[in-house]
Amino acid sequence: MSDNAANIQAMYQELILDHYRRPRNKGELEGEHTTVAMKNPLCGDEVYLHLSLDGERVSGISFTGRGCSISQAAASMITQAVKGKTAAEAEALGLRYREMIMGDAAAAQDKSLGQLRALSGVSKFPARVKCALLAWNALEEGLK
Amino acid sequence: MSRRADFPLLAANPGLHYLDSAATSQKPRAVLDAIVNFYETANANPHRGAYELSVKATDAYHGARARIARFFGVADPATVIFTRGTTEAINLVATAWGGANVSEGDEIIVTAMEHHANFVPWQQLAIAKRAKLRICELEPDGTVKLPRLAELISPRTRIVAFSHVSNALGTINPAAAISEMARKAGAISVCDGAQSAPHLSVRFDELGVDFYAFSGHKMLGPMGIGALIGRRELLEAMPPYQTGGDMIEFVNDADTTWNVLPHKFEAGTPNAANAVGLAAAADYLDSIGMDEVRRHERELIEIAMARLAAIDGIRIYGPSPEHRSGVVSFTLGDVHPHDLATILDGAGVCIRAGHHCAQPLMRRLNVPATARASFYVYNDESDVDALVSGVMTAKKIFGRADV
Repeated sequence: MSDNAANIQAMYQELILDHYRRPRNKGELEGEHTTVAMKNPLCGDEVYLHLSLDGERVSGISFTGRGCSISQAAASMITQAVKGKTAAEAEALGLRYREMIMGDAAAAQDKSLGQLRALSGVSKFPARVKCALLAWNALEEGLK
Repeated sequence: MSRRADFPLLAANPGLHYLDSAATSQKPRAVLDAIVNFYETANANPHRGAYELSVKATDAYHGARARIARFFGVADPATVIFTRGTTEAINLVATAWGGANVSEGDEIIVTAMEHHANFVPWQQLAIAKRAKLRICELEPDGTVKLPRLAELISPRTRIVAFSHVSNALGTINPAAAISEMARKAGAISVCDGAQSAPHLSVRFDELGVDFYAFSGHKMLGPMGIGALIGRRELLEAMPPYQTGGDMIEFVNDADTTWNVLPHKFEAGTPNAANAVGLAAAADYLDSIGMDEVRRHERELIEIAMARLAAIDGIRIYGPSPEHRSGVVSFTLGDVHPHDLATILDGAGVCIRAGHHCAQPLMRRLNVPATARASFYVYNDESDVDALVSGVMTAKKIFGRADV
């Protein structure tokens, strides 16, 4: 298998395809919340992140939108990962996630990222980095 | 016979299957050599004429114009206005002709398959002039609803703008029939030729359209050069698009008079080297023959469409091969086109995934994006094999019965 083909197999893990086809936390959010829209005009990916905070804590989070498997699976996994965390914890996680997506090998091994590590293969595909970061960019904006 | 050897980038990358020529084509050695040769032997600012080298540059530039005129069947080379490409050419017409001739209550008609470059300039012109933009819808097979177009065209119509060939679907539109409908109603016709110039034999003087815009980089030429071809009486009556050097006749303190065609619309130092490169591209295409270019693409498109259609889960958009240029737009089950493009890239297959700068069309097809493979003179059946095999890999990776 060529490097390319191996990298592709590594990126499209079962877990990612599962989140793409059975997204968690997908839908509108009940009650008062903020919504941040992020779009990738190049390929048409759209993520609308819905977020509510109870004090410092992420009490409610969901997403709507459409796009490629990476953008949608990332949104699904990210909403799972930050639910119940404080804003500061979520931001720290986001920083580590960004490092992993940008190719930081140590971050890709960091257990604190949990399931999100399944997305580490994206770093080999510069054209897809934006897809993996779309939901995080929305979350970051929403936590401001 | 494979023409890959004529294209340095393809020759250097034997495993590369370049199927994105609708975005930009690869360049033959002859084009690259012509550009280098201009800079090595004739480089000076054209039209300054004070010394022999500038005369040489001027001759090279206008020689290129004459060559392009011949390629497109234009008897009067001064009506070939060099631009940066199709986008600038269309904006030129929208700004200069539209600015002077469109007013409140007038109507501008476009089709639902237009590239943003032949949609947004008209939409914005309509907004600025309080005119109305009307969109002619498509048949289910992605061809223009001609009876509907006939209904839309009225004495209020000032402009009918349409693509000769759709970049997203490959649909070949009946340019002569559409321009005839426009002419009878007293409207002008503007033909976006970005996707027809590279693939069809275009004879502007016989086509009947008032304006024809194209890009050099899609027809084996360099980026940054293209042209607007227009009817002389329209071009002469239009105000300039940009002002500056080269396009003036005389500058008084209070006003200015304009240079003759084509200079009136070519402000600033011209892109002479790339015009020369474009002329070399015309030479290359004529050495093959545009009828042969078309035959070759149609053959590949028929094979590609048949083989893709045989794959479970594939949906192909647009008309049958006889009404389409070398473009196949498709989707594969719930595999997003962007994922498909990444997987194909892993097999050395370059395709485009996205809305193809045709969002109004994508809305009507009810898809956010499609995958698009486009063929040209250097492609052969091995590229179809690689495409089909890459699609099968995507199917395996996303492996589910309903894909």
